[in-house]
Amino acid sequence: MDPLEAIKVTFFQECEEQLSELEAGLLAMEQGETDSETVNAVFRAVHSIKGGAGAFSLEPLVRFAHVFETTLDDVRAGKLAPDNNVVKVMLRAADVLADHVRAARDGGVVEEARSQELAAALEALNGAVPIASIVSEDFDDMPGLDFTPLTVSDDDGFGDDFGFTPLAAGIIDLEPEGPALRRWTVQLRPKNALYAKANETGLLLRELKRLGDIEVSIDRSELPGLADLEPEQAYLSWTIVLTTDHSQSAIQEVFEFVDGDCDLTITADSLTTSLPTMGEASNDEPFDVMALIQQAQADVQAAPAPAMMAETLAAVAPTPVSAVSAPSNPAPVIAPAAGVAPDAAHGAAAQQATIRVDLDRVDRLIDLVGELVINQAMLAQRVTESGVPRSSNIAMGLDDLEHLTREIQDSVMAIRAQPVKSVFQRMPRLVREVAAMTGKQVRLVTEGEGTEVDKTVIERLTDPITHMIRNAIDHGLERPEVRVAAGKGPEGTVRLSAAHRSGRIVIEVSDDGKGIDRPRVRQIAIDKGLIEVDSNLSDEDVDNLIFMPGFSTASSVSDISGRGVGMDVVKRSIQGLGGRIAITSRPGQGSTFTLSLPLTLAVLDGMVVSVCDHTLVAPLTAIIESLQPKAQDVRAIGPDAYVIAIRDTYTPLIDVGAMLGYRTTPLDPTKGVALLVEGEGGARAALMVDAIQGQRQVVIKSLEANYRQVEGIAAATILGDGRVALILDVDNVVAARRREKARSDAKLAAAG
Amino acid sequence: MTTSSNSAVRELISFQIGAQEFCVDIMSVREIRGWTPATPLPRTPVFVRGVINLRGAVLPIVDLGSRLGLQMTEPTERHVIIVTRIEDQLVGLLVDAVCDIITVRDDQIQSTPDVASDLVQQFVKGILSMEGRMISLIYLERVLPDREAEAA
Amino acid sequence: MPRIFSRSFSRASPLSKIVLTVDDSRTMRDMLMLALGDAGFTVVQAVDGVHGLEVLESMAMPDVIITDINMPRMDGFGFIEGVRKSERHRATPILVLTTESDSAKKERARSAGATGWIVKPFNPDKLIDAVRRVAA
Repeated sequence: MDPLEAIKVTFFQECEEQLSELEAGLLAMEQGETDSETVNAVFRAVHSIKGGAGAFSLEPLVRFAHVFETTLDDVRAGKLAPDNNVVKVMLRAADVLADHVRAARDGGVVEEARSQELAAALEALNGAVPIASIVSEDFDDMPGLDFTPLTVSDDDGFGDDFGFTPLAAGIIDLEPEGPALRRWTVQLRPKNALYAKANETGLLLRELKRLGDIEVSIDRSELPGLADLEPEQAYLSWTIVLTTDHSQSAIQEVFEFVDGDCDLTITADSLTTSLPTMGEASNDEPFDVMALIQQAQADVQAAPAPAMMAETLAAVAPTPVSAVSAPSNPAPVIAPAAGVAPDAAHGAAAQQATIRVDLDRVDRLIDLVGELVINQAMLAQRVTESGVPRSSNIAMGLDDLEHLTREIQDSVMAIRAQPVKSVFQRMPRLVREVAAMTGKQVRLVTEGEGTEVDKTVIERLTDPITHMIRNAIDHGLERPEVRVAAGKGPEGTVRLSAAHRSGRIVIEVSDDGKGIDRPRVRQIAIDKGLIEVDSNLSDEDVDNLIFMPGFSTASSVSDISGRGVGMDVVKRSIQGLGGRIAITSRPGQGSTFTLSLPLTLAVLDGMVVSVCDHTLVAPLTAIIESLQPKAQDVRAIGPDAYVIAIRDTYTPLIDVGAMLGYRTTPLDPTKGVALLVEGEGGARAALMVDAIQGQRQVVIKSLEANYRQVEGIAAATILGDGRVALILDVDNVVAARRREKARSDAKLAAAG
Repeated sequence: MTTSSNSAVRELISFQIGAQEFCVDIMSVREIRGWTPATPLPRTPVFVRGVINLRGAVLPIVDLGSRLGLQMTEPTERHVIIVTRIEDQLVGLLVDAVCDIITVRDDQIQSTPDVASDLVQQFVKGILSMEGRMISLIYLERVLPDREAEAA
Repeated sequence: MPRIFSRSFSRASPLSKIVLTVDDSRTMRDMLMLALGDAGFTVVQAVDGVHGLEVLESMAMPDVIITDINMPRMDGFGFIEGVRKSERHRATPILVLTTESDSAKKERARSAGATGWIVKPFNPDKLIDAVRRVAA
């Protein structure tokens, strides 16, 4: 995704948050809570929406938000009492604002009459200023300021930032074909306030230098002897002769930030283009800055160095004075090209034709195509069963239909599926930030950024990944000197990967840091009362303590985003999405966080099976083979556990029907079919089902959307007959069997 | 934007389970549809009858009679599913039949009497009397089992 | 085979100037991050004035600070005053984000000690230009 589009997504999410804060605040005001904190929060919500909307040129939204904001500003300033009537109007305005937000997001329009009615009602409250004029003033600036790099032609009325603004009155441009070189004298006398606000004369000179050649002279007549020198007092005045083809307003703009904090005159010397002559610039005698500094250092070691002044002077120092240019090598912070290149890229992207479509329509289309695929498959099955030969025209036509159906499905799914790249792309900067703040050296390696998941999942991946990466750098990686001492390179590596596995997306964040400090984690857990002092915990148990509520080692220092959340919050939010998170760690070698999430709205190649009277789907990716067990291959282990011999390997046999509680008496293995599956970590098991119906591609439907996670079930799907079928969570079934085994082993041990 | 005045007027949909009459706020009701067989979910309380396909979404069905500790419903084609929005989820309530849309003021709703059983106390927000019928207002938010309860 | 690529970061890069952005809006923070990051700055973010002052305590000296005005907990004015009171950061340039129609706020920010301002909505070039103008 285009980074700007990604920010737009964020913006609309944030709008929703602000709209609900706005509503909550207004409801509180309705209840009489009109303290400044509440009013400010309400104001801020509208103000933020307007600010972001401005950045994206969402004009109707900005207009309405502006009117709303003006009214709220009056309330804030005490000019308008927030009585019940006022709040009622504002509550309705909040609804219209929400409509504007959604219209901007989904590409609709808000009923003009309603919007105008509310805008008028708001205006009536603050009773005055014709809003239209203010808003249009706002917008005059917008196209030029907008992120959207519409190619602005010179004659469209929006002046370029510099240079093309009309010349100030009184100066006549003699050569309309192109701006002529002109000489200006700029007299500058900074006041103390200029330095107090961290402005610097040296930087102003650097800016002037960008406009043309400059000759600088300094008037030090007011400079007292060192004994009387006040470090923070401004003593110097400057005369700069500037030869430039830029206009006076461009020169004035250089001093925009110091307006009022200095005495400034700018005068046009002449209309000629003659080269500047030495000595003409100023009658002041040459002034040697270096000498002054050296003298100062030599004379009074004890005197506090006038920090700001010294810096200013140093900036000018390298070129000893008389009529010479200011810092001749301003070393611009960035090459101009760096700023331009991404814009050009945006431009190209913006030209791609796109349409906005309501997500519901896409979902509906995906549902229908999913059913089409199923119906097509069932039709094919019936045709085969009816005994039509494979070479007949009917069968061949069906093959073509199947092909076409698959292609339609792939195309439709592609509308919503997006690579995780858009999330991964944000991480390098995060890494940079965290590295800068923690003083660590970090290399980020990403893999599988082309892995696609549904849009809704993408949006929810950012926060957990952000937390896990921050955690990896902050708590996992060591400082460079510590790494070197441990025999590692000074630079740590954080690896971020994505892959599809068993109908889920698996994200891994691993680091090559110090690993979990188990004794310390254990101690923290004891200190916080999370475990008993004498708890007998395996290494794995200790590692998992970091997910416990109340266990957080987050320090405010490294809290970049301002939300000092612990891993427990990350775990809960992932579980809320139907996901799982796990950690593995090796002391001295690093840790790996593994996060697996459902693809919610993706298709899955599945094996449709019957269990009792139910139809279930097993993800095809997890199935190694299916076989019909023979009596001699099945062995009982203990009272109710069985294994099956598959090519001399004994594999646990799991009765799916019994496991899911569909039957109480186990299925006779020889009457059913076994699916040999492989779960996470390579654990194998044979799943007993009654019969196989066939292979199908199915549309995954979330159970969590309206219900919750169900153990052993990954998701649901809708079959051709319109009924819901459940999709088996193979990893969970295999793991659950091992958990049960562990429990019964423990029981046996206790009994024995 | 609601007001919290005592005499606020609201509309309720009333329905029948066995011989008793219950109601929910009409604002929570999305649609009413006939019974279709549900796909049972494993390891789920008995009152969750399973899930059905609601135009492409998976909708859980709660047997409200069973949930309230009355009898399990033997659903037929005449039974009704009331699709309600509870917080951010859609949930279907299996009931015998829909009776009426009634308009009441908030102050007509009486608190649940203490004689009621714990189950009733848990699920009945209040009761109201209408032309000699007693109608219990259902506490919708408590109808579904806890979301996290079974996750571990 | 998965496509693998990597980038290397460390604070040691002598060319990368550090900018602290203080804004409660995630959208605005992301916008600033996008523009500044593309221009090669290292960006550190804070979500309000209080957080901004906390971050300043612990981070490397930023070359420039950019702050919003309307924020919860501590607004931009309070934040600027706080920075100017700090021995360590009083000479650090601060740019405030303002809107065109609000010259009163701009003046108030200046009297609190703001070095300059950026008018919202900004385009990346204007933003970078403003940062460059005040960055030593």
